[in-house]
Amino acid sequence: MAMTSTHAPMATAGQARSGAGTPTFASVVRSEFTKIRSVRSTYWTLLVLVVVTVGFGALASYGATRGHHPHGPLFDATQQSLGGLYISQLVIGVLGVLVISSEYSTGMIRTTLTTLPRRGLMIAAKALVFAVVAFVTGLITCFASFFLGQAIMSSDHISVSLSQPNVLRAVIGGALFLTACGLLAFGLGLLLRHTAGAITTVVGLLFLLTILVSLLPATWQDHVDKWMPAMAGTQIWTTIPSQGQPAVFAPWTGFAVLCGYAAIALIAGLILFRKRDA
Amino acid sequence: MIEARGLTKRYGDTLAVDNLSFSVAPGKITGFLGPNGAGKTTTMRLILGLDQPTSGAVTVNGRPFTQVAQPMRQVGALLDAKALHGGRSAYNHLLCLAQSNNLPKSRVDEVLVLVGLTEVARKRTRGFSLGMGQRLGIAAALLGDPEILMFDEPVNGLDPEGILWIRNLMKALAAEGRTIFVSSHLMSEMENTADHLLVIGRGKLIADCTVAEFIAANSQLTVRVRTPQQDQLAKLVAAAGGTIRENGDGAIMVSGLGTGEVGDLAYENSVRLHELAPVHASLEQAFMELTASSVQFRAGVPADGTGNGRPGDQPGATDRVIEQVLAGEVL
Repeated sequence: MAMTSTHAPMATAGQARSGAGTPTFASVVRSEFTKIRSVRSTYWTLLVLVVVTVGFGALASYGATRGHHPHGPLFDATQQSLGGLYISQLVIGVLGVLVISSEYSTGMIRTTLTTLPRRGLMIAAKALVFAVVAFVTGLITCFASFFLGQAIMSSDHISVSLSQPNVLRAVIGGALFLTACGLLAFGLGLLLRHTAGAITTVVGLLFLLTILVSLLPATWQDHVDKWMPAMAGTQIWTTIPSQGQPAVFAPWTGFAVLCGYAAIALIAGLILFRKRDA
Repeated sequence: MIEARGLTKRYGDTLAVDNLSFSVAPGKITGFLGPNGAGKTTTMRLILGLDQPTSGAVTVNGRPFTQVAQPMRQVGALLDAKALHGGRSAYNHLLCLAQSNNLPKSRVDEVLVLVGLTEVARKRTRGFSLGMGQRLGIAAALLGDPEILMFDEPVNGLDPEGILWIRNLMKALAAEGRTIFVSSHLMSEMENTADHLLVIGRGKLIADCTVAEFIAANSQLTVRVRTPQQDQLAKLVAAAGGTIRENGDGAIMVSGLGTGEVGDLAYENSVRLHELAPVHASLEQAFMELTASSVQFRAGVPADGTGNGRPGDQPGATDRVIEQVLAGEVL
């Protein structure tokens, strides 16, 4: 490996392209996309996301056909087929945490920031790339869950089609819900910088909090439950208006509440990220 | 050009960098020397904007590094070869760095050839040896064809072949007119490569000069003498104002007098000399004298980098070890 010359001038290829050497938002997005697609944990997590969402959705749909009670007007076949989202919100949460916490656990963050010291630019690009990956995967997953679930339930004549009111919004809403959960986790990862700690917090916030609230007196629950991130966000993938359930938000309102939590985590994370030593 | 003014960094109770002011001039190799824990890495992290100074400021070509328009074109840094995602291939690691700064993809292949990692470029870096990791870190630093290169302890843990490779690389890069800022606790390494020295101890700047100046200013000239009339010469030397140490191998070390003075003294008084030689103090010794009071973690032996320090030695043997080191340096 003898080195004859270190000089490999950039003039040949580099200078030819205008702006070479100057980071732009687009260039940082390309970089972050390379990062997310070049590690195996991304593919494993996304595979688990698809399998869990579609698998549990199919199971829930099959369960609906086996019900002893006739299905009333509150039965939501769309939500039933998307039921896997109750679990896969945690899976996308794990990926959301990992894309940022792995920078810290591996030490990559130091290399990232010495090559791109503008921290806000890096985080914005990373969040955007993650959100797009989460949304696209979520969209494919939710449509797959929906169609498989409806096919299972059609035998019992309780299925719905995409053209029925609110159904398309709910299926796409499933992908939006996953994206927002993922960004909430990303924000927590940025705040805590520690994989296990951030994942524990995500599980606590999305899962345990909802269980804890169910232990509260019923009159309190009506006021508290709807504000829980998972409960609020879930409304975007339901199709039946909350008649007789005053305790939940309307779909887009609930989704906005979840996005609010994600925004708080992201902004707090970003403020600290810009201040802290890396 | 790197310029620090009153640079200070405090971590809790520890003052890691204490009011440092220096500039790293373009076009040469500046060695950044100091014992472990002296604040070298912290200073480099401050230059790169990884840490924020408690007070003071440091600029790269007149601007804080966090505000430079073309970070990788300006500075290539290797702080820690393990600061990467082990699950990513070497190629993709370099690619994501190049992309972030809008550098062409072709540059990745070029630097891979430069450091000789082309054949393992598609392998995940988790399995890389220390030397390969170091080469990859250097490849990353060279991606932007930068004006300034910063290396933190680049030869740490490398085998002799790797050390030679890095040493030649730094010289070649400097010959191309680049600014090299390299830290080490290995004085011998600096002696071989650096043009200029910045020496720190306990976060404070204790020297800012050339290698030759550093040695001249911080070490006494010593003369090695062997004579069958040791007692007689010792008295003459003492009378002339010099001091004497026994070297343990039959020779005596005279300080405070030059070879000429010792030789004349012996001739005039008919003392037979079997050996008379100037001992050029090494950078190593000068460094130890200078930093003796600023070593953060004092050990029984000045083992750093000399290769002669034996951990088993008792504190009392310190002088002895230094002499052994010096004996090896006699020209």
